[in-house]
Amino acid sequence: MLAAKVIQEQGVLVEGINFYTGFCVEGHTQAIRKQDEQKKKRNNALWVAEQLGIPLHIVDVIEEYKDIVINPKYGYGANLNPCLDCKIFMVKKALDYLIASDHEFDFIITGEVIGQRPMSQRKDTMPLVANRSGAEDLLVRPLCAKNLPTTLPEREGWIDRGRLYGFHGRDRNPQFKLAAQFGFTDYATPAGGCCFLTDKNYSQKLQDLWTHRGEKRYEIDDIMLLKVGRHLRPRPHFKMIIGREEGENNYLDGYRNQFIHLESTSHNGPSILLEGTVSSEDITFAARIAARFGGGKNDTSVVIAIREPHQELRSETVRPLPEAELDASWYLNS
Amino acid sequence: MTILVIDAKRLLCPMPVIKLQDAAKKMPAETEILIHCSDPGVKHDIPAWCRVHHHALLSIEEDKEGIHIRLRLKAD
Repeated sequence: MLAAKVIQEQGVLVEGINFYTGFCVEGHTQAIRKQDEQKKKRNNALWVAEQLGIPLHIVDVIEEYKDIVINPKYGYGANLNPCLDCKIFMVKKALDYLIASDHEFDFIITGEVIGQRPMSQRKDTMPLVANRSGAEDLLVRPLCAKNLPTTLPEREGWIDRGRLYGFHGRDRNPQFKLAAQFGFTDYATPAGGCCFLTDKNYSQKLQDLWTHRGEKRYEIDDIMLLKVGRHLRPRPHFKMIIGREEGENNYLDGYRNQFIHLESTSHNGPSILLEGTVSSEDITFAARIAARFGGGKNDTSVVIAIREPHQELRSETVRPLPEAELDASWYLNS
Repeated sequence: MTILVIDAKRLLCPMPVIKLQDAAKKMPAETEILIHCSDPGVKHDIPAWCRVHHHALLSIEEDKEGIHIRLRLKAD
């Protein structure tokens, strides 16, 4: 937002480009969880575009992005976040867009600041992003440009280097001051918490998925479901996804034709999906766990409706699994 | 007048907006579009998309089938 405004202030026409990878935090969990209904919902990219008065192009990169997540050339950060590969990928996509625009656009700007992020925004990795993306000196970082070599738009006089900035490091105060100068009183979370791949819990669940599939592979439904519910793996060959509230239950219900779906009919209880190749004994065991998470957990018997894909709906009456038998190691997230 | 109907049910934001944006690019100016959605986030995102791109938001209706948003693409 700041970088775009800095360039706009020089009389340059700016348009926004936003890449949707499937791992974006905003929106989804708010949309799914009933208890989050009152939270302010907005797509930050659209909101920023509106504040700046610029058009925004949102690009679905879900399929192409898989290779970045699965095979990051520069490795992962603290979790399964391939930040450097991701930044190179996005700048390259922006460059592709620029080239395809047939001279409608002349250069690319990003809001990066040297030293702000430990992986993709270091003094040694920022030139790598420009180089490996192919953008080279068409890539301008207006917030820290004075710490970097001049770019083509500066040399050609399209933009004035003297009106760019020399921010560096993790301190956000210079950005806050600049935002105040521009009259911005509201902005998106500045500390990068916008990607599920930087989240420890989420990354553990994704790693579990890969480990038990025996290969690093995912589909969009996989990564959506990792955002929802409690994830338990009671046995190596199957996992349970247990709704935590009404919104999540409704969301999981939408998958009941793709997965084995469990739900108590005798008591209140969550909607539950089973993922894996299971025997009838496994389903009964899962039904006992399902009963543990419902209103009948202290009763002697609970009726669980079981829907398997392409089969008739059936029920089993089970004894809820005692709490002491619910192994803490089954939980894939807190 | 032809109305373009888009089914974006079961898609979570921003996918309905992307689907709308990509369909809109292929349509002539002033085309009317009706998009059916289920993610409540569209009640914020699609009006924002209309404002950003100067399209006219005509109506937002909600019933047990979902959220139905009608809009008209801007004139050239």
